[in-house]
Amino acid sequence: MGLGYLIKRVLTMVPVFFAVVTLVFFTIRFAPGGPFDEERRVPPEILENLNKKYHLDEPLYQQYFRYLGALAHLDLGPSFKHSNRTVNEIIAEAFPISFELGTYALLWALLIGLFAGGMAAFKPNSLFDYIPMSVSIAGICLPTFVIGPLSILLFGLWMEWLPVAGWDEWPSKILPSLTLGFAYAAYVSRLTRGGLMEIRNQDFIRTARAKGLKESTILIKHSLRGGLLPVVSYLGPAFAGLLSGALVTETIFNIPGLGRFFIQSALNRDYTVVMGTALLYFTLIFVCNFIVDVLYVVLDPRVRYE
Amino acid sequence: MAPILDVRNLKAHFHTRRGVVRAVDGIGFSLEKGETLGIVGESGSGKSVTQLSILGLLPTPPLKIESGEAFFGGLDLLKASPAELRSVRGNKISMIFQEPMTSLNPYLKIGTQLIEPLTRHRNLTKKEAWAKAVVSLEKVGIADAESAMNSYPHEFSGGMRQRVMIAMALTTDPELLIADEPTTALDVTVQAQILDLLKALQKETGMAIILITHDLGVVAGMSDRVLVMYAGKAFEYGTTEDIFYRSQHPYTSALLRSTPRLDTEVGSLPPIGGSPPDLMRLTGGCPFFERCTVRVNDCKEIFPEVKTFADSHRSYCHLKELPQ
Repeated sequence: MGLGYLIKRVLTMVPVFFAVVTLVFFTIRFAPGGPFDEERRVPPEILENLNKKYHLDEPLYQQYFRYLGALAHLDLGPSFKHSNRTVNEIIAEAFPISFELGTYALLWALLIGLFAGGMAAFKPNSLFDYIPMSVSIAGICLPTFVIGPLSILLFGLWMEWLPVAGWDEWPSKILPSLTLGFAYAAYVSRLTRGGLMEIRNQDFIRTARAKGLKESTILIKHSLRGGLLPVVSYLGPAFAGLLSGALVTETIFNIPGLGRFFIQSALNRDYTVVMGTALLYFTLIFVCNFIVDVLYVVLDPRVRYE
Repeated sequence: MAPILDVRNLKAHFHTRRGVVRAVDGIGFSLEKGETLGIVGESGSGKSVTQLSILGLLPTPPLKIESGEAFFGGLDLLKASPAELRSVRGNKISMIFQEPMTSLNPYLKIGTQLIEPLTRHRNLTKKEAWAKAVVSLEKVGIADAESAMNSYPHEFSGGMRQRVMIAMALTTDPELLIADEPTTALDVTVQAQILDLLKALQKETGMAIILITHDLGVVAGMSDRVLVMYAGKAFEYGTTEDIFYRSQHPYTSALLRSTPRLDTEVGSLPPIGGSPPDLMRLTGGCPFFERCTVRVNDCKEIFPEVKTFADSHRSYCHLKELPQ
C-alpha cells in the first residue's frame, strides 16, 4: 500500500462528502416546517427579521452556496434554536462526552467480547462455550432501552453500587458505557469465536502442531492474527456506530452528549445543527473504515490495495 | 537391524454421534533406517489417519486409539504424553502434507515459520536458526533463499511451497519423514521434481520415509516396501517387487490392472466395480467382499487370517492361490 493509495483514498472522499452535504442540505429544507415554527405563532415582523438575520429569506441555492463557503472555512454556522451558540461550539462541547462514552463502550466490547469468544473457542461445545454464547444472543436481541433501565435497577437501586445517572466521576461512567457496549460485546464474542474456530481447522494449524509447537504458541502466534480479522473489520463500523448511536443511552442516563442534539435538531428543523452533526458522523464513519482498511494490510500480507 | 518405527495392530476409531467409524482397524508395519514405505489405498482407506494418529495429530475425541503399539526408539507413541509427542514431532519425525497451498501460515513470513522447528527443538537463537534455515532452503533448490525467507507464502507457487514444507520438515534432520500425498496437488512435471528431491535428500541424510499415496506409479518409483490398505484394514504388505510382480491379493491385482502402464497396449482400463463400504456398517467379514470377483463363501463373515509368503510378504485373503 503506497502513498498513492492513501492520497487516492482521501481524494475519493471529497465527492462523497460533497454529495452528503448536498443531500442533507436539501432534504432537511424540503421537510415541512421551519426552525421558527412554534405552537404560539411568531408575529410576522419578528419572523421576517429572524429570517433575514439567518439569511433564510434568500433563494435556496444562494443559501446553499453560502453554507458551502462557510464550510470551506470549517464554519458550521449558528444554531437556529440555541440562540447565541454556533454549531462549532455545540459540537466542541458535547462531542467529547459522546466520544468518551463511545470509547469506553468499545473497550468494554473488546474486553468482554474477546475474552468470552476466546474462551468459547478454546473449549468449544462445553459450558465455557454455551454460557457466553447464550448470553451473547441475549445481548444482541435485547435493546438498549431494556438493558439500561434493568442495569440501573440492579446495580443502581437494589445494590446501590453505582450512580443511576449523570456523567462526572468515573463510577457514573461505568453503567452507561456498559449498557452501550453490551450489544457490541456480544457481536465481538461471536465473531471472535467464529474466527478462531475457523482458523483452528486450517491446514497450517495442523502444520504448526506437526512441528511440535505448544498449544499456547499455536494460539498466539499462528491463530490470533487470522482469527481476529473478522473482529477488526467489524470494529470500524462499530466504533462509528457507538459514537453516533448513543442517543438512547445518553437519554436513559441523562448524559449531555451529542446524540440528543442530533435528534432534537432534526425535529426542531435546526438546519445548521442537523448539517453539522450529520457531516461529523459521516467523517467519523469514513475515518473508522479507513483505519480498518489500513489495519487489514498490516494484519494480512495478502491484502494489497492498488 | 532394529526397525526405527514398529507399528503393531493399530486400531483407531472415530466415535461420532452417528456411530463408530473404524478408520484404522488392525494395521501393522515397520520400517528401517533409510527405507521408504509406500502406503497405498483409495480415499478413505485410512492411510492418513494411520499416520496422523501415530503422531497424535487428530483430536481425541472423536478419535480413540482402541489398541496397538507404535514403537519409535523405545517410546510407544500411542501411549506417550502430549508433551512427549510434541518433543518428537517436527524433531525426529517430521511430516509434510498434501496441500502445499494451505499448509503454510499465510500471515507469517516463510522465515518465521521455517525457523520454528529449530528454535523449538534445538534451542538455537533466532539468528542461528535463520542461518540454518537458509541452508535448508538452498538444499531444496530455492534460488535466492535469503529473500525467500522474507517472503510470504502467497508469493510462491504450489511446487515452491512444497519445497518450503520439505525444507521446514528437514531442518532438524529427522529420522523419519511422513509424506502424506506430497505431490497429489501438483502438476506432473513438478511431481517428478519433488519426488526426485525427496529421493536425493533421503540418500544424503539416511532418513526413512513413509509415503502415503494413491498413485501406484509414485510408489513403484519410490518405495522399498508397500502396504496396501482398504477400508481401514491392511490387505497386503511386502517389498515393492512382491506387490507389483507377485501380488497375492485380489484387491492389489485389481488396483494394478486399473493403472495405466507404458509397456502394454493402450486399451480400456478395467475399473474396480462398486465403491468402498461405509466404515460404520462393516460386518466381520472382508470389506472388499462385495466388489471382489473371486470371493468365496467365507469372505462375507470372516476376515481372513494372515498368510505369509516369502520373507515379510503378507496377505489377507481366503484364497489359497490367486488365479492369474
